[in-house]
Order: sequence, then C-alpha cells, then structure tokens
Amino acid sequence: MEKLNGLRCRECGRHYPAAPVHVCEFCFGPLEVDYRYDALRGVVTRESIAAGPPSMWRYKDLLPIDGDIAVGHHVGFTPLIRARNLADELGCREVWVKNDSVCHPSWSFKDRVVAVAVTKAREFGFDTVACASTGNLANSVAAHAAEARLKSYIFIPADLEQGKVIATLVYSPTLVAVHGTYDEVNRLCSEIADKYRWAFVNVNFRPYYSEGSKSYGFEIVEQLGWRTPAHIVVPCAGGSLITKIWKAIKELKLLGLLDERLNTKMHAAQALGCGPIVTMIKNDTDVLVPVRPNTIAKSLAIGNPADGYYAYKTTKESGGSGEHATDEEIVEGMLLLARTEGIFTETAGGVTVAAARKLIERGVIPRDESIVLCITGNGLKTPDALQDRLDAHVKINPSLSAFDRALADLKSQTS
Amino acid sequence: MPVLVRIPTPLRTLTKGNAEIQAKGATIDSVVDDLERQFPGLKERLLDETGELRRFINIYVNQEDIRFLQAKKTTLKDGDEVSIVPAIAGG
Repeated sequence: MEKLNGLRCRECGRHYPAAPVHVCEFCFGPLEVDYRYDALRGVVTRESIAAGPPSMWRYKDLLPIDGDIAVGHHVGFTPLIRARNLADELGCREVWVKNDSVCHPSWSFKDRVVAVAVTKAREFGFDTVACASTGNLANSVAAHAAEARLKSYIFIPADLEQGKVIATLVYSPTLVAVHGTYDEVNRLCSEIADKYRWAFVNVNFRPYYSEGSKSYGFEIVEQLGWRTPAHIVVPCAGGSLITKIWKAIKELKLLGLLDERLNTKMHAAQALGCGPIVTMIKNDTDVLVPVRPNTIAKSLAIGNPADGYYAYKTTKESGGSGEHATDEEIVEGMLLLARTEGIFTETAGGVTVAAARKLIERGVIPRDESIVLCITGNGLKTPDALQDRLDAHVKINPSLSAFDRALADLKSQTS
Repeated sequence: MPVLVRIPTPLRTLTKGNAEIQAKGATIDSVVDDLERQFPGLKERLLDETGELRRFINIYVNQEDIRFLQAKKTTLKDGDEVSIVPAIAGG
C-alpha cells in the first residue's frame, strides 16, 4: 500500500520528496509527512488495529515507516488508568491517567518518537544518530541506538539531573554536556546538524520523529473504547506532543474510526518558570516571546519552543486552554498523583496534575466531564525534586521493643 | 561594520554553497539589506510580506537570540557573529 506522498511544508504547502530534511527551503516552515488518507480509508479499521501487536506499532499504517520496524518493538500501548481516587480528590466525575511513565524501554513517551526516528535513520542508511535533549530524549536515543547498533551523540545542558545523565551514559553513547540552557544546546545542534551527516532525531528527522507522538493519542481513544474524552491536559516543552495528539484524533475522525464529532478540548500545561506557550494562550496571541527557563521541571525547560505556535493553535482550534504551575504546585502535583493513584511521575507529570487542578478550580474544565491527564515521564529519574519534601523515615534497631517505641512516637506525632 | 554571517543549509543555494558570509551593517536590519545586495532573493526568504522576520527563523548575535536584545534593531560591532537558524524541535 502506497501511503506516503513524501513531505509537505506546513506553512506554504510546497512538496518535497521523502528525505532527511525538516525545513521548507522557501519559508522555513516545518515539513510534515504527507499521507494518502484516501488509500488508508477502509484499510485501517478498528479491527485491523486490534489485530496488531500490543505496542505503538498497531498503528504502523498511520506512521511514516515504509519497511520493517528496526527498533523498539515493544514501545507504547501503556496503561490508561481510571483514576478514581484522584478524581475524588479533584472533585471530578471521570479522570483518566495515560501512563507513559512506564513506557518501554526508557520510561517516557520519547520512546515513541525515537522508535520511529531510529527506524527511519536505518531506512535512510545513516550510521550515527544524535539529539539535543532535556533528558528523556537523551535516554531514549541512547537506548534505541544501542539496540540498532548505531553510534550516538547526545547533547544535554550541563546542569541536567544526575538520574537522567546516568540513564543515558549506561547505553555508552558519546554524551556531550554543554554549558548553557537547552535552547543554547538546541541552537548549537542545529549548526552541528548542518555540518555533520548524522540523523539528528529532533532536527533533520523531525518530520518523522514527531509523528511517533500520534500513537499516544491513538491509544487514548482506542483504550477509551473508541471514545474521545472531553478534555486532555498535556505537558508542553517544545509543543509537539499536544499538536500530535490532536492530529491523531483528527486522523481517526478522517478515517471514519470515530462515531462522535470532534469535541475534545486540548489544554496546555507548563511551569510558571518556563511557560511561553501558556502565556500565548492567556494573552491570546500567536506571537511567541521566548523566555529564560527557571523551573524544577527541567524536562519542560524549553524557552523557545519550536512548535509553540502550533501548540497555541491546537488549544485555540479545539476550544481548550492552558495553565501555569509554580515549582511548589509541581511538587504538590507529583505527591498528589503518587498518594492517590500509586504513580510516581517526574516533574513534568507534576506540572500536568497541578495545571489540571487549577483549570478545574477555575471552572475551565467542568467537574462532570471526562478528563485525560498525560503523564509522560518517570519520577525515579528525578528524585532530587522531592528530596526536601518527603518525611524522613523511621530508623530503628532490629528489636520488637524498638519498633513499639517508634510506633508510639509516630502515633503521638500524628494525634 | 564587517560581521560574519552563518548561513543554514536551506539558504545556501542562494549563497553559491557558502556557509559563512562577510556582511556589513550597523544593525541586523542593515545586514539583511547587505545580504540582499550580495545575494538577491535572500531577503524575502528571511522576512515576510510585512517586513517582519519569518516565524520559523531565529537570528542570534554571538549566540544570543536577538529577541532578548533589540530584535532587528540590535546593533552590531566589528567581528560579531550572526547566525541564522531554523526553529527546531526538542525535548
């Protein structure tokens, strides 16, 4: 089945052959994969998807892969959890958590985009993959490069959390820590990508890479029984994920896989210390003003998000909104999700929970409508964020009397 | 005011393949005009119909985003490095 027409500029519509390029030569607009939806209609069905593997590859027909999958065969199809305790706490009727904190193999939604990008790098015959990363992408590119037996160069801001550094180094990539912010690392990588013939997943492979995020959206809908939720709250860094979840829902509609009309509102969640997309939404302007990040949510610390404009447009088009979360609220959000649902997410997940809570309290998200919270990364990578906030544990000698005393102390403290 | 301008791949068809160009100008605005004199057609790639910098182009002076400086009015001195960089994704 011929499903791809190559690439197309998202702004001016110019066509390009399928190649490792990401920018329109004329207007600099981002290039996007151009699917032949007419050829896919009737071929991709709920049944054909259900017959696929329990991974993101059950949606392979809607991803830009021509041949066989090279790596990441088990990525995706993560749990969608009915979060009843959290719903009680938030005073809402129906809350779901799409839990990519347990995405295989590197514990974040980035495995979805990287599995596509590295497979594509193989298709185009590259021997080296690379990326600029705030951490999760670094982990995932290093892991998948190891599986593909490709060389990898990973560029990170030098102040990245130690957990994310270790979870990259373990796969033996060449890790380059750059003294600067993520935005500075990204600019440098753009220049490096121009000079070296590498598959930079988030630069020259961006049109393919970013499509992988759609699988997160497809899964939400399928796991809800081919229903769309009334609200989806998405953490935003570069702004691509929220755009691609929305695209996924629209594609399912286009292919006739949704009975209902498009009625999902997309909401953006960002940290107050780095929230240029939510600022656009609050000011209702499509002009992005870059910021210098200052937040504990380092995985979202992109002050100059490339897809900020499209993220803003997504919330606008869907009738959604956006909200900022302070560092304190982010930690509270992480603790709330852990305490109510037993899910330990990283700071980005805390941003999502905190922003959702504020949107609910403001009445932007009505309490009787269905809500999906996008939890995209794992808390074990960033324990430092909670270090000072958790109660010290009880230390005792190995005797029953010591425990009895400790228990009595604890009870007197809480009474 | 000679400055060094780094040209990204998509624009090199206009600069005869050159990745680095010497240009003159006291501000970003005047450097863009000088680039247009040297390589006709370059200006309309950088600026939209209203004369504003296209949405998906970032310009840096000595590694600093000009939106943190005085945007297109940012002043330049001898030997400054100007980079033209397409927006890229991340995370």
